[in-house]
Amino acid sequence: MHAAIPKPSPASKILWVAIAIVGAFCLGVVALRRGEPINAIWLVAASIAIFVIGYRFYGKFIEHSVLQMDPTRAPPSVLRNDGLDYVPTDKWVVFGHHFAAIAGAGPLVGPVLAAQMGYLPGTLWILFGVVFAGAVQDFMILGLSLRRDARSLGHMLREELGPVAGVVAMFGVLVLMMIVLAVLALVVVKALTHSPWGTFTVAATIPIALLMGVYLRWFRPGQILEVSIIGLVLLLASIWFGKTVADSATLAPLFDFDAKALAWLLIAYGFCASVLPVWLLLAPRDYLSTFLKIGTIALLALAIFLSAPTLQMPAVTKFIDGTGPVFQGGLFPFLFITIACGAVSGWHSIIASGTTPKLLANEGQARLVGYGGMLMEAFVAIMALIAASSLHPGVYFAMNSPAAIIGSTVQDAATTISQWGFVVTPDELLQTAKNIGESSILGRAGGAPTLAVGMAQLLHNIIPGGSMMAFWYHYAILFEALFILTTVDAGTRVGRFMIQEIAGLIHKPLQETESWTGNLLATAICVALWGYFLYQGAVDPLGGINTLWPLFGIANQMLAAIALMLCTVVVVKLKRERYVLVPGTPAIWLIVCTLVAGWEKLSGPISFTAAAQKYAQAMQDGKRLAPAKTPAAMQQIVTNNYVDMALTGLFMLLIVAMLGFSLRALIRAWQTNHPTAHEEPYVALSSVTS
Amino acid sequence: MNRSMQALESGWKWAVQTARLCCGVPDYDAYVKHLREHHPEREVPSYKEFFRERQVARYKGGGGRCC
Repeated sequence: MHAAIPKPSPASKILWVAIAIVGAFCLGVVALRRGEPINAIWLVAASIAIFVIGYRFYGKFIEHSVLQMDPTRAPPSVLRNDGLDYVPTDKWVVFGHHFAAIAGAGPLVGPVLAAQMGYLPGTLWILFGVVFAGAVQDFMILGLSLRRDARSLGHMLREELGPVAGVVAMFGVLVLMMIVLAVLALVVVKALTHSPWGTFTVAATIPIALLMGVYLRWFRPGQILEVSIIGLVLLLASIWFGKTVADSATLAPLFDFDAKALAWLLIAYGFCASVLPVWLLLAPRDYLSTFLKIGTIALLALAIFLSAPTLQMPAVTKFIDGTGPVFQGGLFPFLFITIACGAVSGWHSIIASGTTPKLLANEGQARLVGYGGMLMEAFVAIMALIAASSLHPGVYFAMNSPAAIIGSTVQDAATTISQWGFVVTPDELLQTAKNIGESSILGRAGGAPTLAVGMAQLLHNIIPGGSMMAFWYHYAILFEALFILTTVDAGTRVGRFMIQEIAGLIHKPLQETESWTGNLLATAICVALWGYFLYQGAVDPLGGINTLWPLFGIANQMLAAIALMLCTVVVVKLKRERYVLVPGTPAIWLIVCTLVAGWEKLSGPISFTAAAQKYAQAMQDGKRLAPAKTPAAMQQIVTNNYVDMALTGLFMLLIVAMLGFSLRALIRAWQTNHPTAHEEPYVALSSVTS
Repeated sequence: MNRSMQALESGWKWAVQTARLCCGVPDYDAYVKHLREHHPEREVPSYKEFFRERQVARYKGGGGRCC
């Protein structure tokens, strides 16, 4: 059953030695050259070499020794083939589908925020994190699911760790989802605040999607490609027309909103989009955003290869000590929390145990899809890091620092940032804003705008032209806003079904997904849950991202730790104890990171507790702290921080509980002298296919 | 010439199948083939019906996408 690793030929040995040498040399240049800026191509080459080596050696080791994937074994797609959900599918088609499902805003935002510590810490964590943690998690969960009738993560947790563990973990997933939706929506709010051009183009996607929905329903049913091309043309036209809107004295004010107003608009929109029939708004936007996402990632790769930018950000900045303005906290553990997707993302374990294992035609293809798909996502993260690091550091910090730290005028911002050692003039900041067709670039945290400026510069390098930079900037903003909003809509819908399921336990009729009462009620609860955190971010003294991103990171890494703990337990249950460290090491690393980060957010100078006390103290002294203008607003900030505190505590409890469940199952399995994992019996592929 | 045309055609088919699957619509031909082989008593839906059913099924829950 256990296929032996074939012996490599001399030619392939030489090839791999050559790749290793090239990779080591490039990584040496990236890591060791100081004093002179390096070109991004070094970073790209080092990444590709590491990915290829990781895929060939560590991926193969996991495939043959740890998971013992067996190409002669019939996978769920063959055993349960129903032509719809379970279909044996070409491996490259599955790869494309899996990558489109895992790639989202996460790998684009995290690395941009982490660039405040310089490009090196983020790069090293992405490269080694993905090879030893992220890709291991995706691949192993996929492998486990393949052996268990393509069961979901929750189902596998219940089976292998016990029913209580399953319920605890699923509760964690629901809370994580609400935080994800809030943080992503906040990224959009930050990008669109007082930007009539951006707001207009994003708003234009609604009528475009409605038009596409009607077209797809009545005129040309099911012709996705055709309708997506029409949608894309209309989108590009709306970006073009956005400039006219922004320049017009009568139209611009109609699309000029502050953060609070945008938060309310998004909440209202999220509610409507998830209540309306899917074919009308949600599905057509989804098609458009999926194709735009893949297309734009390809465009970004092309731009980086063709323009080969120089990295202007230093390799390591002084902010590794934890005093950085973009997010608070030292390199350990906060770098590993900030870059979640791209290095290791718990969310992927849901997809790797969702549709993908139902499509894979053979266990021998799991490494390509599971391990390889995650390496591709890490490459997207590296590209985002390059785009952010190729910006002028002064511009980077002006965009990503809260007004509470750098002030709200270009003069103040330029002075403060220059004092940090990143010399920049007010004129340079104004000029950048002008180039991208915006009135200001200050306080645009959240990754999307920074990436958009980076992308606009890269594309402008290849295709020069007068106002093209502003066009590219708004194109990049639109692309991110579009797929973030699709995630928000779809997530609200999924959350609604989860809530209806829970509500059904209390009052049966609420479970009816077709009933309007249950539907509206559950949607309202779901929207209120993420809407609360979104609004909290919009009124936050540090601009929101600074506060909420760590919460998101902790939750996402917590889920990854849970998935890796499951893998560890199963390895022991299969009596393959000698490989326990393969999933065990990243699991322990993530548990340590999340618990330490959680603890620092509970007590100490950068904690939610400290922030709450600061505002509570000021209230007692009868003072008001910016940005709160009324005592009620002060009280609101205090309450918000206490809520965040409680949530952090909850996540920590959850992970400790899951660790307890895992250790119990692990010790029991270790003491048993035969395999106890819940694998489905072996069926030979040759016996079911003719 | 014939060969490169064939490669082009299969490449296009791959792209369409991947793109549709990314949107939650599996291969219609494979479904029809499956129905004919295993459930000859059932009626074969038109592509339009098939598409509508899958469109609704995609957003029924189960996570399905990343941040």
